[in-house]
Amino acid sequence: MSAFKEFTKGFVKENPLFVLVLGTCPSLAVTTSAINGLGMGMATTFVLTMSNILIAMLKNFIPDKVRIPAFIVIIATFVTIVDLVMKAFVPDLYNALGVFIPLIVVNCIILGRAEAFAQKNNVYTSLLDGLGMGLGFTLAIFVMGSIREILGNGSIFDIKFVSQEASTILIFIMPPGAFLTFGYLMLLMNKLKAKFN
Amino acid sequence: MDIVNIIILALLVNNVVLAQFLGICPFLGVSQKTSTSIGMGAAVVFVMALANLVTYLIYYFILTPIHIQFMQTITFILVIASLVQIVEIILKKVSPSLYQALGIYLPLITTNCAVLGTAILAVTKDYNLIQSLVYAISTALGFTLALVLMAGIREQLELTGVPKAMKGFPIALVTAGLLSLAFMGFAGLVK
Repeated sequence: MSAFKEFTKGFVKENPLFVLVLGTCPSLAVTTSAINGLGMGMATTFVLTMSNILIAMLKNFIPDKVRIPAFIVIIATFVTIVDLVMKAFVPDLYNALGVFIPLIVVNCIILGRAEAFAQKNNVYTSLLDGLGMGLGFTLAIFVMGSIREILGNGSIFDIKFVSQEASTILIFIMPPGAFLTFGYLMLLMNKLKAKFN
Repeated sequence: MDIVNIIILALLVNNVVLAQFLGICPFLGVSQKTSTSIGMGAAVVFVMALANLVTYLIYYFILTPIHIQFMQTITFILVIASLVQIVEIILKKVSPSLYQALGIYLPLITTNCAVLGTAILAVTKDYNLIQSLVYAISTALGFTLALVLMAGIREQLELTGVPKAMKGFPIALVTAGLLSLAFMGFAGLVK
């Protein structure tokens, strides 16, 4: 597969959220606004890319039997870096995302890519894979965040486009709205898949 | 905050799956049959209580005295992963019948973000040891409750004609949305 394809496969064809259905917890929890979705996506992309690079570099030194704990330590290290950096520079976003920043460790996308891709491929393609998958995930949760913010709050990136008194569909920024939005987006993906195949 | 408040909050008002979105993967993956969902729930209650006990002791007696609380994420995930392994080995040796019942669910729990999430949240909320344990057990029971309810609904759904594009994840998610809506009715039960 060409390098370009490695990079773009995460966007639609193997989208981690809508096609592989990985990383559902953070995508349901933090998508109350477009900016939260974007922030979570960027943090995940950073961890995914860096851990993919490091695992691809170290793949010949990690014994096969202890590879899962070794991967988890590598991932947890980058998560701690993200945690401390976000706490220092974007405290508002850090508070909004809350416990889901340390929980990037158990995001199945990252361990999944390490296991399925980085430990079998070279550094360059692992970098492209991590970046592509990360951006595909970011795109997916950004779309979810935007839909929920537009419907639930009548705004996008905190800019309101309805009058202050207008009542919006509040349910979409509450927990049930997350399940409903995700469910109907999956339905849309299934419909599109059926149409193009 | 007193114990009863913690129980009601963790079990119903802030249900771990339907309001806090922790442990969605097993919630969607293991909710096909009521019997398996009860097994999974029991395994989660056991591991979560144990994990909270151990992480509490590590946080307050190792990490805090030497001021390396920022190592929390790395330590907690390693502790939980090895704990699950140890529990699996011990169960296999000591109680084969219990291992038969819970065994297949144990490896799944390592990647269950509800366990790590509850451990981190208990530390964030400054609970003492008793509160932390009560919090863990009622959270796990809340998880089991949601899982069993979902499994019951999905067993019924099998018998109805769901549109083709809606089969599988979409209908499960919409069902979860309605369940979550019902659980919102518990808000205001405690202050």
